[in-house]
Amino acid sequence: MSGTTRHRWLLGGLALASVGMFGFGYALRPLYYTLCRLTGFNQLEVADTAAASIRPVVSRTVVMQFDSNLRDNLPWTFRPEEASVELHPGQIVRTFYDVSNNSDRSIRGQAIASYAPESAAPYVRKLECFCFTTQTLAAHEHRRMAVTFVVDPALPSDVAALALSYTFFEVAGASSVEALAAPATVPSVPTRARNK
Amino acid sequence: MHAVVVPTSDPQVHASTGVRRWLTSTNHKEIGTLYLVFGVAMFFVGGVMALLIRAELAQPGLQFLQPDLFNQLTTMHGLIMLLGAVMPALTGIANWQLPLMLGAPDMALPRLNNLSFWLLPPAALLLVASFFVPGGAAATGWTLYAPLSIQMGPGMDMAIFAVHLLGISSILGGINIIVTIVNMRAPGMTMMKMPMFAWTWLVTGGLLVAVMPVLACAVTMMLTDRHFGTHFFNAAGGGDPVLYQHIFWFFGHPEVYILILPAFGMISEIVPTFSRKPLFGYRSMVIATCAIGVLSFLVWGHHMFTVGMTTGPQLFFMYATLLVAVPTGVKIFNWLGTMWGGSLSFETPMLFAIGFIGVFLVGGVTGVMCAIAAVDVQLQDTYYIVAHFHYTLVAGSLFALFGGTYYWLPKWTGHMYDETLGRWHFGLSALFFNMTFFVQFLLGLAGMPRRVPDYPLQFTDLNLISSIGAAGFGLTQLLFVYIVIKCVRGGKPASDRVWDGAVGLEWTLPSPPPKHTFAVPPVIR
Repeated sequence: MSGTTRHRWLLGGLALASVGMFGFGYALRPLYYTLCRLTGFNQLEVADTAAASIRPVVSRTVVMQFDSNLRDNLPWTFRPEEASVELHPGQIVRTFYDVSNNSDRSIRGQAIASYAPESAAPYVRKLECFCFTTQTLAAHEHRRMAVTFVVDPALPSDVAALALSYTFFEVAGASSVEALAAPATVPSVPTRARNK
Repeated sequence: MHAVVVPTSDPQVHASTGVRRWLTSTNHKEIGTLYLVFGVAMFFVGGVMALLIRAELAQPGLQFLQPDLFNQLTTMHGLIMLLGAVMPALTGIANWQLPLMLGAPDMALPRLNNLSFWLLPPAALLLVASFFVPGGAAATGWTLYAPLSIQMGPGMDMAIFAVHLLGISSILGGINIIVTIVNMRAPGMTMMKMPMFAWTWLVTGGLLVAVMPVLACAVTMMLTDRHFGTHFFNAAGGGDPVLYQHIFWFFGHPEVYILILPAFGMISEIVPTFSRKPLFGYRSMVIATCAIGVLSFLVWGHHMFTVGMTTGPQLFFMYATLLVAVPTGVKIFNWLGTMWGGSLSFETPMLFAIGFIGVFLVGGVTGVMCAIAAVDVQLQDTYYIVAHFHYTLVAGSLFALFGGTYYWLPKWTGHMYDETLGRWHFGLSALFFNMTFFVQFLLGLAGMPRRVPDYPLQFTDLNLISSIGAAGFGLTQLLFVYIVIKCVRGGKPASDRVWDGAVGLEWTLPSPPPKHTFAVPPVIR
């Protein structure tokens, strides 16, 4: 092979490799979500399960506080109905959040839960939650949304109070992103949870 | 009487002159010079930004800069120094040296070479001009983390396009270097007879081709998130900002080795010359270089220990990162082994090389500390990290670049540089470098966060020391420019071999080499 031909082959191969790596960057997105689903990392929109045998530990009482936030000037009002509850680990608790759309247009939102202290997060099992699906509120619609959860009795003994906080994000351009957002959110929500 | 016509096919005779010569040049020596000049220019642009940052940090409170401008300066300082100064300067030395060291007439793809250089100035212009658009330059930190980068003004778009241009330039440069090394070696020069500098550039070229496209992909996703309704990184649309960090650091960690491997290569050329001994453990050096290249793809998670990563991945990334210390340690020991029992002399390149080994070691060892997941939770985003990566990048890549420049400058210009001034340059650089950055380890351990223009009073003294050191370091670099200009203009003529311990094809050529060299390849026995 002449020098030029050898150069062209190698140049072609390397150019192809760099284009391939550009594609690989995009492939990281589905890989990331698949890996998260398989390993159970980062699954915010999936209902947790609690063992059927779970029983309240009446000898212990912890305080659960509820918090609510709106992101990006979302024109909604969003509040927990009760600021906090006292509960026993293992006790199934149901509470409600009130949300109203104060604008003249229909808006779709997604609530994301977070916990304080962070280390307590794995012990809060949400059996039913408005955060498992997006919520579409028509103009000036008001809605009462439930969340049912149980705090695992294995909660470390030094935790006496925890907080459950929700932030509502607007799902921008709802219809156009549906297709894009779909692989990330919808299939990971079991039908059971979605129908609640 | 007949006129004597010298038959010539030397394109030099027909070469263009003036600006056109530099715009259209495909000569590896000229393009190498362009890269180096560009690198030095951007080094001063990024350096002025660093000095503004240090001026603000000399005292607590807000003196000169508002936080927003401060953030823009830290971001642009990082981007410009990495992609505008260090990478082009390393590529410049590769352009000059690889054909000379491999016995090749030029780079394999000379026109591509011209293109990859001329993509750089527009990119630099975009970065610098972005300060003057509404909202100013990108202020996210050089990592351009989402979601902040999705919310910024048009300066961010300019940064994205600049990264695209710089990325394409690096990929083309990387491809060119690989093709040159693989196809253009002189007859008889097997892979295992190649100079170490060529080996490190071969691995670096591979890393460039593999990861620069991933960076291009990350910023393209960001661009479409910003303007075209996608939601790769926007939580509200079903995206995930942590995904950005994964993609970015998949590029980012190999990038660190892209910046340091060619530096290792230069040190591996300089140390044997001034020890008057062949490089100790050549084979293990080659293996170590390849091992660092492979490991660089497996450690990106150590930049993100605190994103909420669970224990399993934390342990994996921690152990994989600790493993990098092994081939790096092999290199350090091999350099020491090369010096051991050698007849050493301490000209400026050797001073920078020894300085490199010592100070890079500090950067490496502190890196091992940061690699420990439990410790990193404390050190993450503090000045400890800032000090760590400046020890590897300034005392690492930059000192090696200075060493390499002094080492080959007599070959390039045909004149010896001023040895006394060169030693002063090293001494002052080493002094002020440590003055600037060593105290930052202490600040970081005490809890001072990075990327913040103001700080509590107890950090005042150390910050003032650091700022004085930075000013000294900056001024010292003017001396470097003076030494280089003085050497280009004249000085004691350099012999072909320049250094009595120098071995390699480049030293068989005259100093300075003619524009076209090795038209007939040398034969290596």
